[in-house]
Amino acid sequence: MNTASIEGKFSQKWHLKGLLITLLIGLIFWASVRDIGVETTFSWDQFWQLLAEMAHPDWSYFPVIVKPILQTIQMALVGTLLGTLLAVPFSFLAARNLVKNPWLRGLVRFFLNIIRAIPDLLLAALFVAIVGIGPMAGVCALTVFSFGMVSKLFYEAVETIDEGPSEALTAAGANTIQTIVFAVIPQVVNPFLSYFLYTLEINVRASTVLGYLGAGGVGLYLDQTLSMFRYDRTAVLILGILAVVLVVDSLSNHLREALA
Amino acid sequence: MVDQKGTVQIQHISKVYPNGTVGLDDIDLTINAGEFVVVVGLSGAGKSTLMRAINRLHDISDGAILIDGEDITQAKGKALRRLRRNLAMIFQNFNLVKRTTVMRNVLSGRVGYYSTFKSTLGLFSKADRQQALANLERVNMADKAYIRADELSGGQQQRVAIARAMMQSPTVFLADEPIASLDPKTTKMVMDDLKRLNEELGMTVIVNLHSVPLALEYASRVIGLQAGKLVYDKQIADVNQTDFAAIYAEAGDKE
Repeated sequence: MNTASIEGKFSQKWHLKGLLITLLIGLIFWASVRDIGVETTFSWDQFWQLLAEMAHPDWSYFPVIVKPILQTIQMALVGTLLGTLLAVPFSFLAARNLVKNPWLRGLVRFFLNIIRAIPDLLLAALFVAIVGIGPMAGVCALTVFSFGMVSKLFYEAVETIDEGPSEALTAAGANTIQTIVFAVIPQVVNPFLSYFLYTLEINVRASTVLGYLGAGGVGLYLDQTLSMFRYDRTAVLILGILAVVLVVDSLSNHLREALA
Repeated sequence: MVDQKGTVQIQHISKVYPNGTVGLDDIDLTINAGEFVVVVGLSGAGKSTLMRAINRLHDISDGAILIDGEDITQAKGKALRRLRRNLAMIFQNFNLVKRTTVMRNVLSGRVGYYSTFKSTLGLFSKADRQQALANLERVNMADKAYIRADELSGGQQQRVAIARAMMQSPTVFLADEPIASLDPKTTKMVMDDLKRLNEELGMTVIVNLHSVPLALEYASRVIGLQAGKLVYDKQIADVNQTDFAAIYAEAGDKE
């Protein structure tokens, strides 16, 4: 190694590592574009035509979609609530500061990782096969999906609490459950509620497409209008969903700011 | 003096951390019931470790600690929690639950006397609620009982922490640098609170302090630690101002 040089080694001077990595990523990207056939099947004509039809929404269709949109929201609400409630005990078991036994904690985390690895649409497909077509399948899918996501957010919240109050409770002769009730839970109630609302936001969005797989909600109507080329009706659906998502998002943002 | 509760016998205890650092090195000392002991020493001398060994927030590697004759270092489960009830503790950072009310914080000091079920549902007896108010009264915080702890100043939080610790009906009161983050005025209030617990209720008080003047003002006995070793132990009547130079000197005269 020739040390005295102010510019460092040759490879450092010319950022050899960075250049090579950039080149590699570029290569992968180019190969992927070519293999998928991007550009070959995209038609601007069709795109403009679709947009033009959508620009004249068929408002008479609106009364039909009110109920499925409400059902979508209800599915998201029930699924998120059930998943969140299930996540609470598991998040305590997975938190490093509460469960000192690495094996138990590892087992719980492994289980949670597996649950989280399953995408929501796959869950919906599975539950349609298990409980049949309808909103119940959607609720089940959203429950499991929320459970996986929320439990991770929750145990991370538990791990960031101030340990001082727990120490004080232990010093006062409290047992583990009493320490959790008096020192941990008061510190995590607000982050838990905040994560619940955040998950609800995500689930309202996710539940709009679950209907494609027969899991209830507004997705079924999206599927129908698109396959009948009634883009004027699809436009009404999209606008309706957009309105709901905007309202839920701003409501949840507002509440979460109040909780912080 | 003999049947008064609150004796802490520390018998040749040592603490070696897993990484080999020696926290406490063969400390042997008996703190008698009703004493007001101030432990002085540089940061890292082992003051906090010693205190946390007494109520077993930390385990020690060797030796025994007897609380009124019962060995806390061997106690398990219920027996350990019952012993801890007698050892109240306050902290440098107060360690209140900031998002709950002062009252609930104070009541939480009593949970060692309740079953899991009852305490979880918050079913505290009327007598204990009255005791909580009385303890807040004692530290002049009764008017703040139903506001959230994070609305209080540091000094007020420490006084609430004292009220909480008193809910344990302790015989020994441990204070780990209770005034390190307080201003001089509230420092005096908190130290006076501790003095009253000692004089009026006869509790044994053990305080970790940095300040030698405060030690001289409040202590009935001064103990000095240096690098985990007991290097000083005198009744207040025998203490010389110049003694402390030795405890604080060796690590360099920066302070």
